Amino acid sequence: MISDFFSMTVLVGILASGIRLATPYLYAAIGEVFGQRSGVLNLGVEGQMLLGAFAAFYVTFTTGNLWLGVLVAAIVGALMGLAMAVVTVNLQAEQGISGIGFYLFGLGMSDLLFQKLLGTVQTVSGFPKATIPVLSALPFIGDIFFSQNILVYGAFALVPVAWFVLNKTTLGLKIRAVGENPEAADSLGVSVARVRYFTIILGGTLSGIAGASLSIGMLNVFQQNMTSGLGFIAVALVYFGGWRPWGVLVGALLFSMVNSLQLWGQVLGIPLPSDIAVMMPYILTILVLVISVQRVRAPAALTKVFERGE
Amino acid sequence: MSQNSSQPSNAVMASPRRFPYRIQFEPRLQEPPRWFPALVALGAVVVALILGGVILAVVGGDPWRSYAHIARASFGNVGVLSDTLVKATPILLTSLACAIAFRMKLWNIGAEGQFIMGAFGASAVVLTPLLPPETSRWIMLPVMGLTGILAGAIWGLIPGFLKARFNVNEVISSLMMNYIAVSWVNFFIFAVWTEGGFQMSRLFPRTAWLPRLADYAKEFPVLRGLTTHLGLVIGIVAAAVLWFILYRSRWGYEIRLIGDNPRAARYTGINIQRNVMMVMLVSGALAGLGGMSEVAGVVHRLQTSPIAAGYGFTGIIVAWLAKLNPFVIILASILFGALLLAGREIQPSGIPKMIQGIILVALIASDFLLRYRVRIIRIEEEA
Repeated sequence: MISDFFSMTVLVGILASGIRLATPYLYAAIGEVFGQRSGVLNLGVEGQMLLGAFAAFYVTFTTGNLWLGVLVAAIVGALMGLAMAVVTVNLQAEQGISGIGFYLFGLGMSDLLFQKLLGTVQTVSGFPKATIPVLSALPFIGDIFFSQNILVYGAFALVPVAWFVLNKTTLGLKIRAVGENPEAADSLGVSVARVRYFTIILGGTLSGIAGASLSIGMLNVFQQNMTSGLGFIAVALVYFGGWRPWGVLVGALLFSMVNSLQLWGQVLGIPLPSDIAVMMPYILTILVLVISVQRVRAPAALTKVFERGE
Repeated sequence: MSQNSSQPSNAVMASPRRFPYRIQFEPRLQEPPRWFPALVALGAVVVALILGGVILAVVGGDPWRSYAHIARASFGNVGVLSDTLVKATPILLTSLACAIAFRMKLWNIGAEGQFIMGAFGASAVVLTPLLPPETSRWIMLPVMGLTGILAGAIWGLIPGFLKARFNVNEVISSLMMNYIAVSWVNFFIFAVWTEGGFQMSRLFPRTAWLPRLADYAKEFPVLRGLTTHLGLVIGIVAAAVLWFILYRSRWGYEIRLIGDNPRAARYTGINIQRNVMMVMLVSGALAGLGGMSEVAGVVHRLQTSPIAAGYGFTGIIVAWLAKLNPFVIILASILFGALLLAGREIQPSGIPKMIQGIILVALIASDFLLRYRVRIIRIEEEA
């Protein structure tokens, strides 16, 4: 049985589903990178993902239009981000706790809408495989990387884009300045509030899409609390990735491969009780946090309120 | 937090051209009157309930019926009042757990997991079994209390240690500990202590039940059917002890100093790392005691769904609503006990969580009013 586990087909299967499972982590964590680089810890990601997942599922279920589903999920996430921005930027709320409020809101609201509008667990046909010609025909590599759905490609494409925006554009410079030294940025004429509004809303949008990638890009169902901590893990991945998109990619792949091993382990009947296997990502998150804080420094103004003096 | 709070800043938020008024925020120079924070907190809850009502109405629910139901189903008569107190008990203990940590600005979001582990620790005494079922309840219950406290304290100490030693963000680590606690208990009730393959343990023997009012119905017939149990008394005593620690002891002074001004605390030679661990330990212990009280007072068996019902998160809200004052927490817990009790029957089931989320955000956002004065200025007057 153990030898089966390492046969080539199984290995390709594990790697391919690992790539697929990285999708929601990537969208959510890249969004969170922008927020944290500008100095805002958004802990509402989990709630934004849940509402995004429901919105995408419901729109797709009723209209059959997958792209409309993604769009509505993005809008819902952006609106949650807007509310979060008002609370953290204007009202200067404690970020560690207010995010938990947004989480509870998203958790309850998505459950409420689910019961009100759907009632029972339904399924949709989600994004189909979009095989890339030529490349998908490559042995092994083709199956692992180039036979995924479009949301998966989007998530991976987001990484270099985020890197470019953060490091090579004026906008990125402003974001980093606001997160490191808001007073200095302000004295140079950068609007701290506007930059943070932008990053929090962007983070919300991407979290909404992360939810959509779960409900119509992967599982093709919506269930109460279906993210089960994935959004919080995405926040931890930002620490692990040292607030850099490429680092986040490594972290996302680490987690998705562990998830994938866990799923395949169950399929292949590896004798590990499922409740113990389920714990692994959470334990891994804590370990990853311990390792990463030793290595990299957080943005200096993270979670610090900025108040504009005259 | 702000270097400029000594001089009024003109953080103008909205000043559209044609609007004749200008809204201006000024930092408060003096402490607001004592009644003001309470008024703001109540105002925030009212605003949150209105917002929640609007959302309910928009998605086709009936906010009036839901809210009227909450009032009727929680304070309507002695029976439901007793049920409200039963619901208030776990909230009281988890929110005391949050209060001590939050007082030090240590964001322990893990009361939920510590509560679950407290229930686990207490149940282990009965299910392992550490003590035979015929043990006198005078020995059984204190031992269960101790193991519950111990399990919760360990669960709190882990994020505390990681924070003190490695500076790991306690919000995320304590959150992760919540998920681990649920899986941990799920594993035990399914693989080790299962009752006929169901995800729950067998019922505890009577000696492991906390005394309830109804137990004395023979002597006092009034008490028939009332399920309020000793856990409430334990919670109230814990509140008094916590108040004493926070406001009348040297350690409490240290905790408050670290919370208000960590730099000053460090200069006076207070060991912050040690305090982080101690506070997380006590915080976990309080939540663990709550878990013991719930499993021995209400559920009477180890089962995930009624125990991992989100009391730890409600505790966060209640602690914040009560401005971390242990005595106010007692009252606020009863209020939220009512909300949860009624919420159990309100359909769909997401409503109470959704409303709790809005209340929490509104409460935290409203703290702004404690730090700033809002002035509305007529623009013509200025000119």
